[in-house]
Amino acid sequence: MILLDGNLFNRRVMLQLKGTSRVSGLAVAIAKPSPPQGFSPGLKCPNDGFGVYSKDYGPQFAHCNNTVWNPLGSGLSYEDFDFPIFLLEDANETQVIKQCYQDHNVPRDGSGPEYPLCAMQLFSHMHAVTSTVTCMRRSSLQSTFSINPEVVCDPLLDYNVWSTLQPINSSGKVDAEKEVIIVATRIDSHSFFWNIAPGAESAVSSFVTHLAAAEALHKASDVHLLQRNIMFTFFQGETFDYIGSSRMVYDMEKDKFPLRLDNIHSFVEMNQVALRNASVLWMHTDPVSRLNKSVEVQVRILLDILSNSSVGANVTLQEAGYSQPLPPSSFQRFLRARHIPGVVLTDHRTAFQNRYYQSMYDTPENIQMQYPEGLSPEETLEYVTDTAKSLAEVATVVARALYRLAGGANNTSAIQADPKTVSRMLYGFLIKMNNSWFQSIIKPDIKGILGDVPQHYVAVSSPVNTTYLVQYVLANLTGTVVNLTKEECLNPEKTPSSEKELYEYAWVQGSLEPNSTARVPYCVRSTVRLSKALSPAFELRQWGSTEYSTWTESRWKEIRARIFLVASKELEIITLVVGIAILIFSLLTTYFINAKADVLFSIPRDPGAVAY
Amino acid sequence: MTLAVFFGCTFIAFGPALGLFVFTIARDPLRIIILIAGAFFWLVSLLLSSLIWFIAVKASDPRDEPLQKGLLIFGVMFSVLLQEAFRFLYYKLLRKAIEGLVALSEDGCSPISIQQMAYVAGVGFGLMSGAFSMINLLADTLGPGTVGIHGDSQLYFLTSAFMTMVLIFLHTFWGILFFHGCEHRRWWEITAVVVMHLAVSGSVCGVDPAPSRDPEVLRDVPVPSHPCPSLHPGGKSGHHLLCNIFSPELGDPGQSLWGRHWVHLRQPANWCGLL
Repeated sequence: MILLDGNLFNRRVMLQLKGTSRVSGLAVAIAKPSPPQGFSPGLKCPNDGFGVYSKDYGPQFAHCNNTVWNPLGSGLSYEDFDFPIFLLEDANETQVIKQCYQDHNVPRDGSGPEYPLCAMQLFSHMHAVTSTVTCMRRSSLQSTFSINPEVVCDPLLDYNVWSTLQPINSSGKVDAEKEVIIVATRIDSHSFFWNIAPGAESAVSSFVTHLAAAEALHKASDVHLLQRNIMFTFFQGETFDYIGSSRMVYDMEKDKFPLRLDNIHSFVEMNQVALRNASVLWMHTDPVSRLNKSVEVQVRILLDILSNSSVGANVTLQEAGYSQPLPPSSFQRFLRARHIPGVVLTDHRTAFQNRYYQSMYDTPENIQMQYPEGLSPEETLEYVTDTAKSLAEVATVVARALYRLAGGANNTSAIQADPKTVSRMLYGFLIKMNNSWFQSIIKPDIKGILGDVPQHYVAVSSPVNTTYLVQYVLANLTGTVVNLTKEECLNPEKTPSSEKELYEYAWVQGSLEPNSTARVPYCVRSTVRLSKALSPAFELRQWGSTEYSTWTESRWKEIRARIFLVASKELEIITLVVGIAILIFSLLTTYFINAKADVLFSIPRDPGAVAY
Repeated sequence: MTLAVFFGCTFIAFGPALGLFVFTIARDPLRIIILIAGAFFWLVSLLLSSLIWFIAVKASDPRDEPLQKGLLIFGVMFSVLLQEAFRFLYYKLLRKAIEGLVALSEDGCSPISIQQMAYVAGVGFGLMSGAFSMINLLADTLGPGTVGIHGDSQLYFLTSAFMTMVLIFLHTFWGILFFHGCEHRRWWEITAVVVMHLAVSGSVCGVDPAPSRDPEVLRDVPVPSHPCPSLHPGGKSGHHLLCNIFSPELGDPGQSLWGRHWVHLRQPANWCGLL
């Protein structure tokens, strides 16, 4: 059993440990502060093979031949370890283990340590083995034929959150002439350990900026007059080979989504925008699709609008150029289906600025979120950090560009992202989910989802906290408060003017009344909806698909660990031998004494008394 | 392989008692009945004394350490006295039983004498007392660990087993002595038994409890409902036996926790368990 310091938790050490048969388990003590040289258990080329670049499309860009996006990536998360690996976040727990080792396991005087020795037991039995194909086959056999099915794995499943600027009929189909601009970000991240995914730079920075841009756009006065609609999409599961975006493209192709691929006019994506170097934001485009003249024209317009929108803001937009492919992004899945003009905005030109991509160290400190000491939680919620201000500027630029793209002609000075909102969102999604603002915007029956430390892992039971919160924050920022009672709000089909097809109604808790524990709930009308994000491979039952994501998560029963002392074998055998000896001896003695009782205890008494 | 320790300790603790049972008690159904009734009487006495102690503990301030310690000692003494009282009650019952047996028999003689009854009653008391002391420990020996993570002796299981064996013998002897004293109105014998019992219990409890702990497991969530009080700030234990009646989940390894959590559970036990 190994207790590993966080700074030694790298590929070289782990592969050495994997190779030896003497390791039964590993506990990693998280390194505080984060390793300065960076740490990323993700791949060097994230989501390779599921993007748009392949040997048929831009082979010079496929498999990161041109640009290695995550050079610090060790690929540890994708290795198969056959022993349990636990993470110790609390330094006190690590200290207890070290103390036990110091007390009992340190070799003395050159020879080995003596019994009793300190031992550790890690339980994390996973029910699924080999691969998705095997475990899904076994699960489906169980579900089909067994009365009490013992499912061994579940596909990663959650919901995408989407909303449109102008309301559309969610059950019908939008006309082919109506054009929509899609704005996209991902909302999930990953790390080596289960359910640890702070994802500050890789996910939170981008979707918080997106939410702020959505709020800013709704402030424009003539949104309902815009020529093109804008759809704000938050994809879930993008870390695992684009689960959310591949599903949306599939639904659009199969006509299960209100929009079709023909409706998409252009695509703007934001990916990792918090670590801007000298305020530069890079615009990535796909060089292969730009070889097509019509697409090139559209892309050129898109880039020019973006550049113009950054005038006056503290953001410099620069093009990444024709030599660069697209970074790993949801846009690549849309490109696979249709050559849509689009741009991906990031803070890096070639390799990621994020040195802790998809790791447990991608924390608020990674995006330089700092709060002064001694603030109460409420004050921390309201405090505006520099990170929030810079993200708000990016959101403003993006919102203004979207307004122009959608055909808006007015002055865009009113479209301004609010740094206070950005700061509150950053606090809620990175530091403490259970804050007063989040509590006031969610439905009363799901207030249990507000745990403490937010993690953004796409799980198998859905929707996860992050999805719910993004949904409700978006509803709060882009929706309107309507004057309906609780009954009318929960049953909008009964109200004649509710236009249930176009809008979603949510009865939210509201904030606390001053000096009271009661809340003032109200009804929010918005266009925010959820769409299922399950990889099409599971719909089509192609579990070995290389076209769609096939990630699954194993089931388990219990995960726990313990330390204790182990006695020497000699002592145990001695105990057993002594026990057996005493048993036999006492049996024999009792038998003989009982048999010879008359002789031993001859008492000259009346013959009726029986002696012992 | 701590099955070895399990079987070793079981044989040490209950081996002689098993021998006594097999060769002297098992043949005669009447003796078996007296044995089981004796065990039951001991059990009832322990139940009552635990109830009194539990009420006393709940009614008092849990943070007052000397008071808790005093209550524990009081509990032990009270329990000993109650056990001896029940032994007396059992004697009375058996006396009545002998009259009934004489009436039922063909030749006017009781098939079993009061001395044999005394012996069997003693074994009954001893077996039940030994079971109560030893069973929890035996359950813990089945796990992979051993005692000692806080510096206690490794020989805890062995010494507990020997202690239990001795206790069973002691109860047998006390039973014989007590009934003899009641039979022949020799009060000094009765007082001797009571005093010896108090002395033995007091001496093992009064030893400042080196907190013998069972295999320790760590958890970051505190054990939810643990009614047994702690004597000292190190979490040293309360009365093992008395606790056992009212907190059956003492041996529970805890609920499953996710991910990187650890499970911490204290298993309190001290010599007081061997009343």
